[in-house]
Amino acid sequence: MPRTVRDVVFVDGVRTPFGKAGPKGIYHETRADDLVVKAIRELLRRNPGLDPKKIDEVAIAATTQIGDQGLTLGRTAGILAGLPQSVPGYSIDRMCAGALTAVTTAAGSVAFGAYDAVIAGGVEHMGRHPMGEGVDPNPRFVSDKLVDESALFMGMTAENLHDRYPTITKLRADEYAVRSQEKAAKAYANGKIQQDLVPISVRNTNAEVGETGWGLVTADEPMRPGTTLENLAGLKTPFRVHGRVTAGNAAGLNDGATASIIASEEFARENGLPVRMRLVSYAFAGVEPEVMGYGPIPATEKALAKASLSIEDINLFEINEAFAVQVLAFLEHYGIADDDARVNQYGGAIAYGHPLASSGVRLMTQLARQFEEQPEVRYGLTTMCVGFGMGATVIWENPHHKDAGGDK
Amino acid sequence: MSTTELLKGAAELFPDEVVTSAHVRHLDLPFGAGRFALITLDNGLDHTKPTTFGPASLANLNLAVDQVEKEAAAGEITGVGITGKPFIFAVGADLKGVELLKEHKDALAIGKGGHEVFKRLSALAVPTFAYYNGAAMGGGVEVGLHCTYRTVSASLPAFSLPEVFLGLVPGWGGCTLLPNLIGAEKAVSVIIENSLNQNKQLKGAQVYELGIADALFEGADFLEQSLLWTAAVLKGEIVVDRPAVDRGEAWDQAVAKGRFVADSKVHGAAPAAYRALDIIAAAKNGDLQQGYDAEDQALADLIMGGELRAGIYAFNLVQKRGKRPAGAPDKSLARPVTKVGVVGAGLMASQLALLFLRRLEVPVVLTDIDQERVDKGVGYVHAEIDKLLGKGRINQDKANRLKALVTGVLDKAEGFSDADFVIEAVFEEIGVKQQVFAEVEAVAPAHAILATNTSSLSVSEMASKLKHPERVVGFHFFNPVAILPLLEIVRGEATDDASLATAFAVAKKLKKTAVLVKDAPAFVVNRILTRFMGEIQNVIDEGTPVAVAEKAVEPLGLPMSPLVLLELVGPAIGLHVSETLNRAFPDRFTVSPNLAAVVAAGKRGFYVYDSGKPELDPEVAALLKQGDVVLTEEQVRARVLDAVAQEIGLMLDEGVVAEAQDVDLCLITGAGWPFHLGGITPYLDREGVSQRVNGKPFLAPGVASVPA
Repeated sequence: MPRTVRDVVFVDGVRTPFGKAGPKGIYHETRADDLVVKAIRELLRRNPGLDPKKIDEVAIAATTQIGDQGLTLGRTAGILAGLPQSVPGYSIDRMCAGALTAVTTAAGSVAFGAYDAVIAGGVEHMGRHPMGEGVDPNPRFVSDKLVDESALFMGMTAENLHDRYPTITKLRADEYAVRSQEKAAKAYANGKIQQDLVPISVRNTNAEVGETGWGLVTADEPMRPGTTLENLAGLKTPFRVHGRVTAGNAAGLNDGATASIIASEEFARENGLPVRMRLVSYAFAGVEPEVMGYGPIPATEKALAKASLSIEDINLFEINEAFAVQVLAFLEHYGIADDDARVNQYGGAIAYGHPLASSGVRLMTQLARQFEEQPEVRYGLTTMCVGFGMGATVIWENPHHKDAGGDK
Repeated sequence: MSTTELLKGAAELFPDEVVTSAHVRHLDLPFGAGRFALITLDNGLDHTKPTTFGPASLANLNLAVDQVEKEAAAGEITGVGITGKPFIFAVGADLKGVELLKEHKDALAIGKGGHEVFKRLSALAVPTFAYYNGAAMGGGVEVGLHCTYRTVSASLPAFSLPEVFLGLVPGWGGCTLLPNLIGAEKAVSVIIENSLNQNKQLKGAQVYELGIADALFEGADFLEQSLLWTAAVLKGEIVVDRPAVDRGEAWDQAVAKGRFVADSKVHGAAPAAYRALDIIAAAKNGDLQQGYDAEDQALADLIMGGELRAGIYAFNLVQKRGKRPAGAPDKSLARPVTKVGVVGAGLMASQLALLFLRRLEVPVVLTDIDQERVDKGVGYVHAEIDKLLGKGRINQDKANRLKALVTGVLDKAEGFSDADFVIEAVFEEIGVKQQVFAEVEAVAPAHAILATNTSSLSVSEMASKLKHPERVVGFHFFNPVAILPLLEIVRGEATDDASLATAFAVAKKLKKTAVLVKDAPAFVVNRILTRFMGEIQNVIDEGTPVAVAEKAVEPLGLPMSPLVLLELVGPAIGLHVSETLNRAFPDRFTVSPNLAAVVAAGKRGFYVYDSGKPELDPEVAALLKQGDVVLTEEQVRARVLDAVAQEIGLMLDEGVVAEAQDVDLCLITGAGWPFHLGGITPYLDREGVSQRVNGKPFLAPGVASVPA
């Protein structure tokens, strides 16, 4: 049977405000599954043209798939969100690139013709599920020297990346972090972020944390507007004595969820759904686990090659800021300035937070908004590093561009 | 007296209150709708311990309102919301506190305290919003009625004003505010009809459809959507438009209809419904404070009255004692029941088969003396399963499963060789029953329980000829089996603890209210009803007109008159039980020659209903041979109540049940005797009958009455 590969589009994306993990965080008494369920429900409310019965899959990512992030979250979240029982679902895991992989996996199935429309997203409640919860690494990793001992500690891998790029100093990383906070504050002031946030009701029964009872979260908790270089200079470098990585130039430990609609372009147009981004290519690549943050570089090279594009063709970048050094390494590799205006226009994870498996869709949602505002930009990319030495990149076309859909 | 002082005084009377906190938390509403104060009612326990209002809880809410009132006046907030902990909004006044009240003035303080706190929510400088997130009853519903707006969760499982059901009125604004919000007709349906209809609960969607809530949101993100809606209301983007309330004739008609409903249910015997209707009637003029004052008075009067105390007592019996039967052996002794046998395939046996099948979901085997009867029994069960399927109560898969589980065989050995529990429902004759049990014992496993549904025969005698009489128990259901909750579990002389424990475990799975009774003639309900009916029959036989005898017991507010009940039971069965009891206790139980004549004539009852109302059947009238002693209603009533009090006193002396509480629980759940009587012993106590007949009350003061 002859098949035609179909165009895949990003219809819409939403997320919960992100919270700080831990007993004082806004989501300390909120279940992880409820976060992603509420994101899915908001997505459906915003897109009444999408008949829930026509959703072919719910792909939800989480890194630690136990407890309220277990039980085949894609399926259970679908039922909890009120989707028809006929809509199936599954869980997915590629650590930090979980939601991104949910999108690409779903997109592959859409392109193949197996699905018309999919909910793809992710959740990570790092307060309820701290990084490394329940892991049991095979002792051969160390005995056979398969990976360096630092590979399992993300902060250490970031220090290793600084070693690889000796010109990326702590100062440069801090400067980058300050700009991220500034850009995020500006994006908030201009209402760029709030439009895609799902308000979440939260309960607090601990008077030591703050007012008790039910509240409503409508904004990201981790942001530190007004952060200065001076503030950052004195922070500890917990991963290495005299190191460069601090809590200020890295994303924190966070709670949050995202969800998006991925569909075939034909389905989206037939059902009156918005076409915010068109998928061009995607790629994943592996690198030495102990320099995990290097991953986006080869992943992007692969994705560009598949799309027959070069880095010069990309005019908007959404790079996940797990660590400032990882963004700076990417920019240095591609010869892009640290403060290039095309990069993370709304700021990034250093300001908003990085609830591991949920972050990929945040990047996409923000890129989609930037595409709307900048129709002169034809291509953009979303990229992130992934634990155990991987990188993930998705290249998108701006459907608002005059040449969109045509040949390059 | 200030509200604070009022509540402080009330709290001193109720030191064990489970206190509800009223947390105030601030949040920024979406769409720039401003700073908002949200009050969360939370008793700090999980959803199995619902949030209630006692005086200290009200004082907490009062403090919360103090705070938001200041903030509202200062322009610091744009609105105030109130909601509950997960799954629970609030379920109203804490009844334990009501039970403790000894004086009218204290009862009045509870009513006033609630009003004083709640009504502040309607007088703030900003709009108030109630978010009914979960179960809301009584005062929980009422606190929301004082707010400007309400939203309700589609997942809310239970919403009611159950006060009249217990013997109170919705007295923290319910009687006054609800008709003014949704009109008298709907208010009467909620306050009177639902309450008197076994305390029927509303679901979230109905709360919205009735107009009690202004918006309905699904449970998954109920609070978020309620707050978004709130923001839109505060910004004027949503305007709540409620239909105008008809204050004309419709109001009076609704109240009249409520009185009709009350009459048909309690026959004027319990005051609560009528007091509530009086307040609803007066609320027509829209004067809220006048309504609140009337509510305070009604509450205080009712709290000091015997009907409410009996109502709370009855409620607690059903909710607590009914679930933890007095005298039941340790449940760990119970053996598993994985297959059930039913001897007999007649109507009663088939009904039992259906009940066991639906509740236990294990194989059920019916046997009878010929294939035709067996087929008929199985056919009945299949037809009932199809009815459940047709009504959507079960799905096709469940119907298939249940049908596959029920079988009928002629050969008991084939049917019962692996049964764990065999119940017989054959003809009420001791020889027949003994024969049946002997046959079952020969083929059933050694551990199998042999249960009898006898209503009047001796369980011990039935077991006496068996090799293993220790596994015989009485399992006495009440007709209609599917509806009446009571199951009298009879311990025979030889019955061992493991068999009894198994019987209680089965009863629990059958969702029946099990009461342990001694192997005494006719057990509990039938013995009391037969004594009661016997005295009615006696006075008729002696010469009192039927109508006078019937009317004499109307003030009790029983679900039906004695002769209508006799018709329901069947005169032949009534006669049979009276003969049994007459043999056991000839000095107190008579066999009415008139009843015997009616049965002999093949009549199914005393009345004809040609005119739509019961009228004495002329053919029955012709059969009656009456004496010439004509009593008044009062005399009949005294004689009947004296007889009942005497019988219960003797039963307790004999140890038929552990306590008077069990008698009342049996009468409530097996005969439908009303809450306001507390079954019967609270009524006999408060009317002085117990003292007159037995020289002492059945219950200590305070158990079902105002404490001393």
